[in-house]
Amino acid sequence: MKALEVKNVYFKYENEWVLEDISFSLNDKEFMAIIGPNGGGKTTLLKIILGFLKPSRGEVLIYGEPPTKNRTLIGYVPQYTTFSLDVPITVFDIVLQGRLKRGKFFYTKEDKKKVSEILERLNLTDFQNRKIKDLSGGQRQKVLIARALAVEPKILIMDEPTSAIDIKGQKEILDLIETLEVTRVVVSHDIKILLRDVDKIAYIHKKAVIHEGPKLNIPKDSHFCEVELINFLKDEECGI
Amino acid sequence: MWDLISSSVYAGILISVSIAIIGSLIVINKAASITGSIAHGSFGGVGIGIYLGANILLSTSVFTVLLALLLSFITLKFKHRQDSLIGVIWALGMSIGIIFISLSPGYHSDLMSYLFGNILLVENQDLYMMGAVDILLFLSIVFLYNRFLAMSYDRDFLFLRGINSNLLYTYFLILTALTIVMSVRAIGIILILALFTIPPIIAEKFTKKFYNMMILSGILAVFFIISGILISANYDISPTPVIVIIASIALFLSMLKK
Repeated sequence: MKALEVKNVYFKYENEWVLEDISFSLNDKEFMAIIGPNGGGKTTLLKIILGFLKPSRGEVLIYGEPPTKNRTLIGYVPQYTTFSLDVPITVFDIVLQGRLKRGKFFYTKEDKKKVSEILERLNLTDFQNRKIKDLSGGQRQKVLIARALAVEPKILIMDEPTSAIDIKGQKEILDLIETLEVTRVVVSHDIKILLRDVDKIAYIHKKAVIHEGPKLNIPKDSHFCEVELINFLKDEECGI
Repeated sequence: MWDLISSSVYAGILISVSIAIIGSLIVINKAASITGSIAHGSFGGVGIGIYLGANILLSTSVFTVLLALLLSFITLKFKHRQDSLIGVIWALGMSIGIIFISLSPGYHSDLMSYLFGNILLVENQDLYMMGAVDILLFLSIVFLYNRFLAMSYDRDFLFLRGINSNLLYTYFLILTALTIVMSVRAIGIILILALFTIPPIIAEKFTKKFYNMMILSGILAVFFIISGILISANYDISPTPVIVIIASIALFLSMLKK
């Protein structure tokens, strides 16, 4: 069974088609990058995949079921910049939220143990009793990735995980994402994501152009990597 | 002296419990304008109660809970216009109240106590209502603490965990409405928002965990209310403005802390 299937999805907003006939699928543990210009429909597509929006036509399936039914299989990593930094909550308690589920009102010892393990794995243990506002941008984003991992997701969906983060933080986040052994979807306007070990690329600009392996063999140390990426996308008739 | 102020001290402690719980949730959910709208809109329930000659506590409870449901619908369905619509509900509730009071025969001397409150005049009926609402708030926060905290931080994430975040938000607004009703005669419609937000705003600065924020909010609220009662009883002035001024001074002092 496919981890994610997007089938002929259309979305209309105020009489204008934002997305037209988007189709792609993703197998277990594959890594997909969804790229494209701002305003091209990436965020709308993300909201449809997560079940926040219903497509005007077509359907999205998460392990064979609509997102509203299988949404608990998703670990979602939003942009850290969208949160209030003043809420009195520690890093540990934010990550613990990943253990919430329907019908469960209190956290167990196992939940706390799981969270401790994830924090250790992501080198966040030293920050667990701090408020999130006391962390750097990269660390805040890692906290949200940790929360999504606490869900023990089958599919991890990340929205611009490297935006508003310094270069060192970006590398750290992308290194981490690359090593995770779950199905991953990263939405990004930063085409440097393509330098990573992605299995599939969807370029979204109202319509979609899908590239599926072989992997892009662009040397990571190339000074001209971005130029090469743009050339690659031109070859794929993405319209850049 | 104690005979004069004992009921108001009990009321102050009971209101402080609700400030600790619902006030803290209002602050971290950035729901101050919605709370202001419910509080001012509750005047409609006062007006209807006076017009019908009904129990005002009952008419205000029903009307205010309906307002909370309407506000929940508006804020969830019309996010891009919620600020303006909250203002409309604010004025609508007050207008309904004024019209019904205008249509009611006679002079209504107790109207001022609904607008500005007087904690020195609370009756046993008010104390029972406060106690009942406090019990409901306490049970709600015990069982829903983790959900409320997750809702305040990231409502989308709560939805993705399979939890109905819209229903939880509506329940939070209903609790807010009941808390406002129980406090209206003591604090007053106009000043209720200040008293429900100042202690949690101060507490937020000094705490890392939400339950500590609630505890500190409650302690601060007790201090502000009791000191306000003592000053107003000694100098024969209206207590609620004194309480709000003391709390505001504390708020400005707390803002000196970075």
